[in-house]
Amino acid sequence: MKLTIQEVEKIANLARLGLTDAEKEKFANQLSSILDYFEQLKEVDTTNVEPVAQITGLESVMREDEIKNCEPEVMKELIDQAPESQDNLVKTRAVFE
Amino acid sequence: MELNQLTIKQANEGLKKKEFSSVDLTKACFEQIKKVDDKVKSFISLTENYALDKARKVDEVGNFSNPLSGIPVGIKDIYCTKGIKTTAASKILENYVPPFSATAVEKLEEQGAVMVGKNNLDEFAMGSSTENSGFFPTKNPWDLQRVPGGSSGGSAAAVASDQCFYSLGTDTGCSIRLPAAFCGVTGLKVTYGRVSRYGVMSYASSFDTMGPIARTVEDVALVMKTIAGQDLKDSTTPNIVVPDYSKGLDQEIKGLKIGLPKEYFAEGVDEEMKKVVEQAIKKLESLGAKIVEISLPLTKYAIPTYYILVKSEASTNLERYDGIRYGLSAQANSLMEKYLETRGAGFGPEVKRSIMMGTYTLSAGYYDAYYNKAAQVRTLIKQEFQKAFEQVDCMVTPSTPFTAFKIGEKVDDPLQMYLADILSCPINIAGVPALSVPCGFVKPKDGENEMPVGMQIIGKQFDEQTILRVGHQYQQATDWHKRKPGLK
Repeated sequence: MKLTIQEVEKIANLARLGLTDAEKEKFANQLSSILDYFEQLKEVDTTNVEPVAQITGLESVMREDEIKNCEPEVMKELIDQAPESQDNLVKTRAVFE
Repeated sequence: MELNQLTIKQANEGLKKKEFSSVDLTKACFEQIKKVDDKVKSFISLTENYALDKARKVDEVGNFSNPLSGIPVGIKDIYCTKGIKTTAASKILENYVPPFSATAVEKLEEQGAVMVGKNNLDEFAMGSSTENSGFFPTKNPWDLQRVPGGSSGGSAAAVASDQCFYSLGTDTGCSIRLPAAFCGVTGLKVTYGRVSRYGVMSYASSFDTMGPIARTVEDVALVMKTIAGQDLKDSTTPNIVVPDYSKGLDQEIKGLKIGLPKEYFAEGVDEEMKKVVEQAIKKLESLGAKIVEISLPLTKYAIPTYYILVKSEASTNLERYDGIRYGLSAQANSLMEKYLETRGAGFGPEVKRSIMMGTYTLSAGYYDAYYNKAAQVRTLIKQEFQKAFEQVDCMVTPSTPFTAFKIGEKVDDPLQMYLADILSCPINIAGVPALSVPCGFVKPKDGENEMPVGMQIIGKQFDEQTILRVGHQYQQATDWHKRKPGLK
């Protein structure tokens, strides 16, 4: 299976990943050969097999829903990480234009 | 022997007897770092003043009851360290200084560990050679033309070249065992959930494990005692008692049943290397172990299963690097442009490839064919391991299909690079622990220097003790782990 440049662009857009034309070309080839390699999984019979995502068998681990305070200096450090901030809030471009 | 070449155990004895101080050990490490790290390139950042301050404090208190107290350690630069730059070897986090430390790091620091610096890695731990570092590749101390393995390549190379006593690495599919094998040191991939993942940047959350790389199994056991255990900040760490991993190491392995899964000795594994591992197995047999051949027929599906699942998980985990709250941030007119440009400029080729692959396998129309199918095969592989462990106490295989390859050899062929994980990633799929110990050397066809070979010892879930015991008994009977690279 060969991925088209349009398909690569669609995935890159879903992933919010800016790619150059050269990268699109390269990934179209590389991803195609990797996906071909993945095809062999079809040989495995998985009828009625449950998928697993938690390998040691733990289930919903809960804790009390208690508010834990964050120290003001930690809060400041966290906000200071942001490239732009204002009034102790993280600032960015508008989501809706 | 130089101070920086001691094992943790030996150094702890010396500290207790006041033969030398933690400051002496720390200075010895920095002398070595200054001598060799221009060549090896195993550290992204060094924390000399921080380390010397810490060592002085530990010396003042003079309490060396915890064996890690006063001992210099390297930390893979994917563990957050409070107030100290943590990059994941990515340009997107080039200047990131975390306001908190990972639980494993915090536990070490509480016990008086002396952090000397942050070790290089493949960007976000994605890779098997450390060539994917966003800054520079690390070299193998046994042959500087070759890779140290990855992704914890900086950690393994630093320990192998005596720049620190041990290092914390991470293992998602090979990343502790493969570099440990390539560099001739000892590394443990723990059972999933045994050590907290809190504060370690996520690659694939249902696979990531945290563990030590050291010079001996004995040292690995000492580190484990401190870092293992339940953490309320990581809900995947179960409430299972942390044993004293050092206890029982001396118990002989007579009568222990060791399985050899025949698929791990099949075609594709270097013949010369296979001979070395077979010699090591004979040694275990002479120590009284019972060797039985077993079969894990699903092994051939491990690579596609593993890569579909980890790249899917990675694509969602890496969504957080969006240029808004921290890290690199591109100037742009719209939010969409900001995302595209920040991520396009900040991530390297393998990370981009991973995000693309994972986004594809999770996208509408492909989810069932790829992600869900692989998650089902994961169930089958887990069951296959469980069944095999009804017959044997542990398994032994080569850690890697070949010894360290040359820098640049596989970097342009991602699939070839992925295949380096063929003997190690099934263990992460099953969530069981595995140890890599040095078991000999081979001279590659394309090189002058002999390169280390690793033997992988695989255990049952949460049974690190058995594999540590086998590894320790093997190291008592051999001295491969004592060899040092000439750094030519």
